[in-house]
Amino acid sequence: MEQAEVGSAYVETFIQLTITGLANGAILSLAALGFVIVFKATGVINFAQGYFLLVGAYLVWAGMVQFNLPWFFAVIVALVVAVLMGLATERFVLRPLVGENVISVIMVTIGLAFVLQGLVQFIWGTEPRPMPAFIPRGTVELLGVPVTLNRIWAVVIAGAVLAALTLFFQRSRHGIAMRAVADDQQAAMVVGISVRKVFALAWALAAASAVLAGIIVANLFGASGEVAVFGLLVFPVVILGGLDSVPGVMIAGAIIGLLVSYTAGYVGGGLQQVIPYIVLVLILLLRPYGLFGEVRIERV
Amino acid sequence: MSSVRNGDAGGQGRSAPAPGGPADTALMLELNNVEVIYEEVILVLRGMSMQVPEGKIVALLGSNGAGKSTTLKAICGLLPSEHGEITDGTITFGGIDVTHTDAAQIVRMGLSLVMEGRRVFGHLTVSENLVAGAHTRRDSHADDLDMVYGYFPRLADLRGRTAGYLSGGEQQMLAIGRALMARPRIMMLDEPSLGLAPMLVSEIFDIVQRLNRDLGTTVLLVEQNARRALNIADHGYIMEQGRIVLEGPAADLADNPDVKEFYLGIGESGQRRSYRDVKHYKRRKRWL
Repeated sequence: MEQAEVGSAYVETFIQLTITGLANGAILSLAALGFVIVFKATGVINFAQGYFLLVGAYLVWAGMVQFNLPWFFAVIVALVVAVLMGLATERFVLRPLVGENVISVIMVTIGLAFVLQGLVQFIWGTEPRPMPAFIPRGTVELLGVPVTLNRIWAVVIAGAVLAALTLFFQRSRHGIAMRAVADDQQAAMVVGISVRKVFALAWALAAASAVLAGIIVANLFGASGEVAVFGLLVFPVVILGGLDSVPGVMIAGAIIGLLVSYTAGYVGGGLQQVIPYIVLVLILLLRPYGLFGEVRIERV
Repeated sequence: MSSVRNGDAGGQGRSAPAPGGPADTALMLELNNVEVIYEEVILVLRGMSMQVPEGKIVALLGSNGAGKSTTLKAICGLLPSEHGEITDGTITFGGIDVTHTDAAQIVRMGLSLVMEGRRVFGHLTVSENLVAGAHTRRDSHADDLDMVYGYFPRLADLRGRTAGYLSGGEQQMLAIGRALMARPRIMMLDEPSLGLAPMLVSEIFDIVQRLNRDLGTTVLLVEQNARRALNIADHGYIMEQGRIVLEGPAADLADNPDVKEFYLGIGESGQRRSYRDVKHYKRRKRWL
């Protein structure tokens, strides 16, 4: 009797940790997707990606609390601002740097990260802001285990957006054009694809997907500097998945999410905050192109 | 007897089309004294002039480094992406000045380039490559897909295959098909025979000829394989050190003793000479 209860508690914990991990993983994949899009299409390593999440969290908080907008409009406004932010980043920060060396571009994106963080603190301060619930917060029974609904929604939303973007890259004219530019810029120009427009689109998509991820994070944990810390997990995810692989970020997101969640549940002691970066270092040592990094096609 | 003309020795470009030249029909593309400089110091084209009449096949021949590819890139607006620029002269397409028009706009106007080395999108499938080729088109391109698959039945069988894994010949076909998807009025091909087996070269050249005949597509063909190119071309230009040194109807060019000797590898006595002799000789005698 006693034994069985311990066993079921164990299973329950495991399932809850798994769901938490997958939910975080889905959000991470969404945030990391923008990084991959920008890297694939433009070759820029964007260190500011995590801070786009922070901006998203505060934007939607401001929309709902400061401007009293219904949550739906607050999200739309945040996404519009995100797209504008992405376009502005491309136009005013990165376009002047075309042809500069990689390190300069990386330094500029790190600078952009600090600017975004500074702006957020300047406008909204540093104290954490609790978020009014807009995704239902009840619990449902899943496999006999109570699971909070907002995590399931996080998985559903992130999954739907990832699926839509995947479809966009496979089917739509602009999606194919983006992949063509990623493949061979000059050949893309020759078929009449405007490389500039593709760059702008990449940044807009990157910012929008990161801001959406930030909104989901804010809904789970509230708007605070912690969102940026969560956003930094983008790097272990993209390194693990391979910088330029869309399926890679999805799987790596789930792996990192689960790893953090299990470590928090079973080991604890703050190790969960370090473990993703241990993975990052190991991957860089053992398999620098990640699990799914693009293999150069060479015919023999 | 022959209408082959030598270019000006003094390097003065010609501006007026000569009688009997290729300008008998409407001009589709005209280069006038074009000068191209790379990296602000390297002079690659020095007064390049040529004319491509509508509906014809024109061959542009010359040895390595003569400036053939640069000519095509100048026409297509690709020079800025390679730190090059047109510093003098004009390029007109269908009577419109396109000297500094950007690449995407040029494609939209009906000018397509099949780049040297095929340059298919290696990570995209065959059909995605073709869809990318139709990027400038707003209308439906389903018919054109069928047309391309009609010309290249092999591509139809491979449509779901990743382009990077196709054979060289298949990639060349895909590159031509992709250019065709934009419905070009003029197609420019940069060394389509490069690295292909002779059988495949014949196949590719056959198709180029058919495209010209069936669709009325004007063709500007850049080649090292002078014999084949002159075989299908109406008119030929020979380029050296950044300008045209010889031009004429393709048949006359093929008969020209200089061309025979330098580009077709046939000596005065009629027998083929070793490539090495030809190369050696060429170094001594230049048209310039």
